Amino acid sequence: MAPPGMPEEPRRRTKSGGASRLWTGFVGAVVEAWSELRIHKTQVLLSLIGVGVAVTALTGVVAAGSIATQATVEGFERSSGRPASLYVGVYNPATGEQPRKSDVDAAFATAMERYGVTYTNRTNYGGVSVQFPDGVLGVQALGVDQPFAAMRRISMAQGAWFTDRDALRLAPPVVVSEEVWERLGSPDLRLDPRIGIVTPTGTVSAIIVGITPKQSLDGSFLQAYLLSDDYDRFVPQDPLYPQLPQYEAWIPPESADTLIPLLQRDIAAAMGDGWQVDVQRNDYLAWQVEDPLLVPKLVVIGIAVLVMLLGALGLLNIALVSVKHRIREIGIRRAFGATAGRVFFSVMMESVVATFVAGLAGVLLAIVLIRNPITESYLSLVIQDIPGFPIEAALIGLGAATLVGALAGLLPAVVAVRVKVIDAIRY
Amino acid sequence: MAFVELAGVTRSVELPDGGRLDILKGVDLSVEIGHHVSIVGRSGSGKSTLLNLLGLIDTPTSGRLEFDGTPLDKLDAGERDRRRGRDVGFIFQQFNLLPGRTALENVMTPLLYATGAQFWNRRQLASELLDKVGLGRRLKSTPDQLSGGEQQRVAIARALVRGPRLILADEPTGALDVETGATVMELLDTAAEQSGAALITITHDPNVAALARRHFRLDAGVLHEIDPAQMQTLAATGATL
Repeated sequence: MAPPGMPEEPRRRTKSGGASRLWTGFVGAVVEAWSELRIHKTQVLLSLIGVGVAVTALTGVVAAGSIATQATVEGFERSSGRPASLYVGVYNPATGEQPRKSDVDAAFATAMERYGVTYTNRTNYGGVSVQFPDGVLGVQALGVDQPFAAMRRISMAQGAWFTDRDALRLAPPVVVSEEVWERLGSPDLRLDPRIGIVTPTGTVSAIIVGITPKQSLDGSFLQAYLLSDDYDRFVPQDPLYPQLPQYEAWIPPESADTLIPLLQRDIAAAMGDGWQVDVQRNDYLAWQVEDPLLVPKLVVIGIAVLVMLLGALGLLNIALVSVKHRIREIGIRRAFGATAGRVFFSVMMESVVATFVAGLAGVLLAIVLIRNPITESYLSLVIQDIPGFPIEAALIGLGAATLVGALAGLLPAVVAVRVKVIDAIRY
Repeated sequence: MAFVELAGVTRSVELPDGGRLDILKGVDLSVEIGHHVSIVGRSGSGKSTLLNLLGLIDTPTSGRLEFDGTPLDKLDAGERDRRRGRDVGFIFQQFNLLPGRTALENVMTPLLYATGAQFWNRRQLASELLDKVGLGRRLKSTPDQLSGGEQQRVAIARALVRGPRLILADEPTGALDVETGATVMELLDTAAEQSGAALITITHDPNVAALARRHFRLDAGVLHEIDPAQMQTLAATGATL
């Protein structure tokens, strides 16, 4: 019989009553846990510092690992192309002789057009002599097609990569490394600065349209990109050993297996008898199967887990002391209907709720540390596409914190359950 | 029909030297809904042990104990806890309020173990009951900000908040002065009468015991019923039990 005005509590157990009891039991335990944490906030805060720091470390490591992986991947993509990058080679298997460049150019272009491949490139490697204010110096020259920048993640420090509008210029465009630009006296790109390329027939004046980021500390990385046609005109070929460019195409990875034999067949048909045509993938995914950062990542995660365990030990210590101090309180709760299971769950939830909050704080701190303008400005020097903060890092951090909370709460919960109500009330 | 019934109940404990101490010896007691019963006895006579048995905190060594018509041995530990929470309200001598919690939070505590409307409306129910015991303006006061009498009022509200059918008061005025104790007992008696619950008071004080309709005396573990007239005489002479 409830006091006047009080709702009656159901006295018979029903199926829906059981579910309701479970739900109210869960909510009640969380309410109790939160209330406990509020009352003992100072000691809880102190005990959670270790857990928070460990979660920051763990989350930060996973996130940094993801960023480092992206940096490595971009490094691979700069050197050998993005997945799937196909390299086309043509030669005479009997003599090792190379075909005429114009024949391969035509066969390659026709095949690519047939299959709608728009990211194609021909790379020539060589050297040119450039007139600097302090004299003529050799500069590494690369003859490339316009899609090359997208295919190889070429980023620009200033200016822009080659565009279709460059064809309208009266002088050939050139993209140079920052070292070349500095050696030229760091001219203002808005004024269309010129660079003198020394050719056998005289000095050609090219317009600098873009500058790639610096890659050497001593200014020795002297490099210039020319469009393939300009390269052919200005860079002398050895008449005895003419070099074919490296033919390259960037296609969707899922179509690589289908397209490779088709391209091989069509280019071979266009070249005629006697020529061997090889089309093969050369991007990192074709040869790199394991995560190159696996070992360092595992080491740092191992350290973070150790820190987390130390944090858990601190938490366990304080939780045990706290339970000893609350024996009378536990007895009172038992006297008012708290079952042993409920006391166990509540004490455990205190630890879980506390570590979850600490985990949340740790994850937020890790996000702030990794995704702030200062860190990002440094990262942008090495990474073109800075990945977003990985959700799996945040989930791992929160999951680990909750797990640690559950483990650290287990022993105090067992102690709390073993409290004898009679003794506890008199405690 | 008796709400709680004890027949030939004994409770004994093993002593460290291997001997046995009989705390309760063949106790027979039957308490019905709406009854007000007092149990008096000297320290160590077994009063608290009896209260613990009545409140399902302890189990007898032998004998039969029926709670709301169900034999105790038919109730597992969890069910005993749930029945205790639902049907029994405890009032302790030292109030036993949760430190650091407000009066409102203390009264809400038993409702955390309730289900349905009692659980979800716990704040409102606790506020209303505190208002009824005259502490409507002290909801946010913590135990250390309340006087002894106020603390016991909070404890009474906490004992009543789930609408128990049995209220067990262990020396409810033991930590209060005579005047405050009398006010608290009047409140407790009225509240029990209004709710229709059975009230069992354990006390040293014959004046407190005299408020009950039936009286028992516990002597070295043996329970005797006392004639109401005898209890009135004891109360009038101010005798100590």
